[in-house]
Amino acid sequence: MSKREREPLFSTKNVKLLTEPLGRNNPITVQVLGICSALAITVKLKPALVMAVSVVFVIAISSVVIAALRKQIPERIRIIVQLVVIASLVILVDQVLKAYAFDVSKQLSVFVGLIITNCIIMGRLEGFAMANRPWKAFLDGLGNGAGYGLILVIVAFFRELLGSGTLMDYPVMEKLGAYSIGYEDNGMMILPPMALIVVGLIIWVHRSRDKSLVEKH
Amino acid sequence: MNFLRKKLDTLKPHFTEGGKLAKLRSVFEGFESFIFVPNKVTHKGSHVRDANDMKRTMIVVVVALIPALLFGAYNTGLQHFRATGIEAGILQNFWFGFLKILPLIVVSYVVGLGIEFTAAQIRGHEINEGFLVTGLLIPLIMPVDVPLWMLALATAFAVIIGVEIFGGPGMNILNPALTARAFLFFSYPGWMTGDEVWIAGLKGGQQVIDGFSGATPMALSAAWETDRLPSFLEMFIGTIPGSVGETSTIAILIGAFILVATGIGSWKVIVSVFAGALGMGLLLNLIAVNPYMELPVYYHFVMGGFAFGAVFMATDPVSGAQTERGKWIYGLLIGIFSIIFRVLNPAYPEGVMLAILLMNVFAPLIDHYVIQSNIKRRLKRNRVALNNR
Repeated sequence: MSKREREPLFSTKNVKLLTEPLGRNNPITVQVLGICSALAITVKLKPALVMAVSVVFVIAISSVVIAALRKQIPERIRIIVQLVVIASLVILVDQVLKAYAFDVSKQLSVFVGLIITNCIIMGRLEGFAMANRPWKAFLDGLGNGAGYGLILVIVAFFRELLGSGTLMDYPVMEKLGAYSIGYEDNGMMILPPMALIVVGLIIWVHRSRDKSLVEKH
Repeated sequence: MNFLRKKLDTLKPHFTEGGKLAKLRSVFEGFESFIFVPNKVTHKGSHVRDANDMKRTMIVVVVALIPALLFGAYNTGLQHFRATGIEAGILQNFWFGFLKILPLIVVSYVVGLGIEFTAAQIRGHEINEGFLVTGLLIPLIMPVDVPLWMLALATAFAVIIGVEIFGGPGMNILNPALTARAFLFFSYPGWMTGDEVWIAGLKGGQQVIDGFSGATPMALSAAWETDRLPSFLEMFIGTIPGSVGETSTIAILIGAFILVATGIGSWKVIVSVFAGALGMGLLLNLIAVNPYMELPVYYHFVMGGFAFGAVFMATDPVSGAQTERGKWIYGLLIGIFSIIFRVLNPAYPEGVMLAILLMNVFAPLIDHYVIQSNIKRRLKRNRVALNNR
């Protein structure tokens, strides 16, 4: 085997794999994937954070595993193999949450299990990990998981702050004395439609800052 | 007038291209055409000339709203003084209500127009007249005691999320005034429902006379206490608690007459909303398993915001159905859904708002099928004609 030139671990290309999904190739705001969980678990910041970490874990590890196995996986059953890997990791996450963070696990309820069907993960495995080496796949998974988590946390921040007046269950609005001057929590923030609107507003801001995202007519 | 014209003419160069304030061109044009008839003429193609331009249309709707507004001001005072047990004359009632409603109107216009002007400048659009009506509709469908910052927030939400996102006035899917109300309804239910919010001063903890309840006819019916309802005549005249402009069916009918006589509001929509409600109401009367279902159907027409919604909200030409047959379907379904929401869903005592918003969403679909069926029918007719030849 001829000696290939070794790419440094954090070459510009590799760093881009990590940073692009945070900004101009964000899975939620640009590719508009993984919306349903973004609506469902962003009422409070804490579950959103836990969800973000869980997804980052699942997507990064499964990317590595699939990338390592990519030459052995038969073409025809690759989706099933991917699902098996994701599902085992999700079960792992679920069990850990049940053991160490039971109340959050109860809040997230079915949505931990539904990480399996999160289209971002499947998309990255199909689209990237199946064709790249494990280290690159790891960075890509990490980046996409973080891009997803970032939006989740932003949405949850606004929804908890404006909808319940708290942050991580700390009564921010009360401590600021907002209620005594007539402020009231916005009940609509807690309802799912408002999550959609907040995501929409983030997309709006994102696109008006980065004009290259706007489609040409 | 001549003075104004001269003043505008001296200012004009600043706003044309290359001028210092060229960016604010559409603001200038908005004001100029507000005061004077635009002197622009179309250059090519055939065109129809009609004295009834956008601004006149909007002003007629505002005029049609004035009876409801005036009665609303009077009724606000009347309800307040009745609740607190103070004797007051007509003028005193009116003045109290006027002072209560004025801030609502000012806030609604300032916030709404402010956002519309800014958006028009950023996008380089012309300033549209649509908000002239919306700005007055919003205060009329609110409880009189709603905090001003909430009203400002709701107006901003309606204008930005309801209108500007879809491309500005005339492109909106939902009726903006109802969007504002729906936003408040779901965001701050404490200020939009309950027995205290409909009469000025009660939410602020003012002393009421013994045995007084501020319950609206809607609330009484939803609680199945239909025997405590005010008389039909009282509800028809409108001396009942409720949103500012919605209580008096007489005042709304005057507005409806103005709208229909000038051809601005579609009589088809108004009639079919009432017809749909009548049909659904009669059906529920037949089933009649609880007191609300037994309520005579004509009571529905004078209770809550039904008449106001039918006349001023459902007839909105932008968010409603456009085709003539579509208007019948659209109106009928609004009427039917209003009564269903009212009677069968105790969580939403006032169903008209949700029924109209729901049908706003479906209006383009209705239009689509009406047009498609029209095309099919004509194709068929042509085929028959060809075959017979």
